Amino acid sequence: MTAITDLRRDAAKNGWMTAPGFIDLHAHLREPGFEESETIATGARAALAGGFTTICAMPNTEPAIDSPGLVAEVIARGAAAHAARVLPIATITRGRKGKELADLVELAAAGAVAFSDDGSPVSDGQLFRNALEYARAAKRPVFEHSQDLALSAGGVMHEGVVSARLGLKGMPAAAEETAIARDLSVARVAGGRLHVSHVSTAGSVELVRRAKADGLQVTAEVTPHHLALTDEWVAGSRAFAWEDGGDRATPYGTSTKVNPPLRAAADVRACWAGLMDGTIDAIATDHAPHASTKKDVEYQEAAFGISVFETAVPLLLAGIAAGWGTWDRVVDALTTGPARVLGIDLPKDDLVVIDPKAVWTVTASSLLSLGKNTPLLGRTLTGRVVACIVDGELRVDLTRAAV
Amino acid sequence: MTWQRRHVLATDDWTKAEIEQVLDQTGAMVEVLNRPIRRTPALRGRTVILFFAEASTRTRVSFELAAKALSADVTNITASGSSVEKGETLLDTVRTLTALGGDVIVMRHSASGAPYFVAERTDAAVINAGDGWHAHPTQGLLDAFTLRGALGDLEGKRIVIVGDITHSRVARSDIDALVPLGATVTLSGPPTLVPSAWRCGMTPRGTTYEPDLDRAIDGADAVIALRLQSERQQAGLLPSIREYAKTWGLSEARVARMRPDAPVLHPGPMNEGVEIAASVAHGARSLIETQVTNGVAVRMALLYLLAGTQEVTA
Repeated sequence: MTAITDLRRDAAKNGWMTAPGFIDLHAHLREPGFEESETIATGARAALAGGFTTICAMPNTEPAIDSPGLVAEVIARGAAAHAARVLPIATITRGRKGKELADLVELAAAGAVAFSDDGSPVSDGQLFRNALEYARAAKRPVFEHSQDLALSAGGVMHEGVVSARLGLKGMPAAAEETAIARDLSVARVAGGRLHVSHVSTAGSVELVRRAKADGLQVTAEVTPHHLALTDEWVAGSRAFAWEDGGDRATPYGTSTKVNPPLRAAADVRACWAGLMDGTIDAIATDHAPHASTKKDVEYQEAAFGISVFETAVPLLLAGIAAGWGTWDRVVDALTTGPARVLGIDLPKDDLVVIDPKAVWTVTASSLLSLGKNTPLLGRTLTGRVVACIVDGELRVDLTRAAV
Repeated sequence: MTWQRRHVLATDDWTKAEIEQVLDQTGAMVEVLNRPIRRTPALRGRTVILFFAEASTRTRVSFELAAKALSADVTNITASGSSVEKGETLLDTVRTLTALGGDVIVMRHSASGAPYFVAERTDAAVINAGDGWHAHPTQGLLDAFTLRGALGDLEGKRIVIVGDITHSRVARSDIDALVPLGATVTLSGPPTLVPSAWRCGMTPRGTTYEPDLDRAIDGADAVIALRLQSERQQAGLLPSIREYAKTWGLSEARVARMRPDAPVLHPGPMNEGVEIAASVAHGARSLIETQVTNGVAVRMALLYLLAGTQEVTA
């Protein structure tokens, strides 16, 4: 592995940081069905530019990834992209309709690394129990998008003082927390491997913390944006949770619309605390690219989702610089943590190199993702991936430009 | 003071001086409206586009009369339903409006924030005539003007706003116009119709929440009743309209708990017998018709400040 040896030497010389390749448990690559928003190839390249050498593709495509043939197709297209390694997640239920289980054992055999109906919760408690129990035979975790659809109905942002001011319908923290509470209770009787997707509230972190203390086999993830941005961003703030003031954007910017929604600063703080004490196992992007037609509309009409791959590292570095977390713990949550969730070994011959001092401005043209829907557009960030090695092969190399 | 703002989207970030400038200008416009010929050439040569994507007669007509009294050319564009339903996006509409070359776009839209979307994409001045639950700044300013006329300086005055606060752009804009002028606002209404944050100690500056209307209205200097949409009962937010009327409706007995002669306002259209008794709506304290007249003057003042070509002389 001379490439890795050479890069490590260059990194030491230039003050760059190195880490094993990052693993993203939660990414939307939109193919098949929504290729105007992203493709497996563009997504895999954008992921690599953000330091993720392995990404798990969510199955909420059209058609949904609910058959072994579709799983094989995602694997084939991922390999052809020759960028980040693409691991398919298959649906829990047929067609993601929440009515009957998909063929979980066959899906696992075809290469699905986990099951999720992400974007929709499995609302039927009995079906959710069956999924957790049956997935044990497939030896795969169930990634649940925990949301009470009645409590969150019509909501477009976090319910709180900002939604009250803006006159937008809010989604209360309780919509996430009651669903997680149910999921944890069901997991206690069902066993199996429950993984709670995109935890975003202080109450959710506490629920997972207590469940783990009780000995329940559960894992959880948090997104970079829920570790940095607050609901004030919907009102035009551009300040991270640990900052005050600064310049402002136009209110109601639809790039801030995401599910779960951007929460209050106290929730951001609690997510960091949960990450630091091991309650939260992984940082996952929930990269959700959208074509401009889905976002260049009224706030309440806009699609949920943020394009995250390429801004994840600088967001996390900003949180670390503010003293809310540590680099070692963040790296763990981007590497060994997600590997443990998936039950896989860390790919040995992957490496990511980051220039922690590189200052750059996020622009639409600076992003490889087709999804330009990030509220960070125009914002100057510090820290950038300068090289990525996948399977011993140098696939991203900005080292000359960066020196 | 020279007017600085290009748009009127909400008054949540306006200074007291800015609000007072509009109210003073409104006073001059009331004089114009009292003339035998209610017309002044202040906006001659300007085009005002009225873009109403949500049903409205009163506000649209008020803006139309205001623009015409200032000698502007006025064009109406109406559209119903959301952008998704009608197959034309708001972005398409903005491009069309901009291409038409209006100087001022007056818009009403069912989506909170829609005027910000338009203002960011057009060269015209944008006046928000109501966006979703968010803001209705001309209503807030006309209520402030009406209350100032009745009560004088609003410093230290206590105004009650009662009804469906959550879904009310009028409530938000009343707060944003009255509090900077020194008034305090007591919000009252069913807990299901008041934003949770505002019930839990995080009320906007200058406001408090008191669910019991009898207590809220006791000794108040004025009350503003909001329209109750019957769909709130259908959505499960209220057990019955009857119970609402009994608990939060403005009866004569309740109105009598205010200071002597304290006025009653309502943005209209009213559900008489629900949020307000007919005898109160048409009683001696009612300023509801004055609000309508003042509405034209406030809109004239804003059109003039944003796009005036000639001075208005009293």
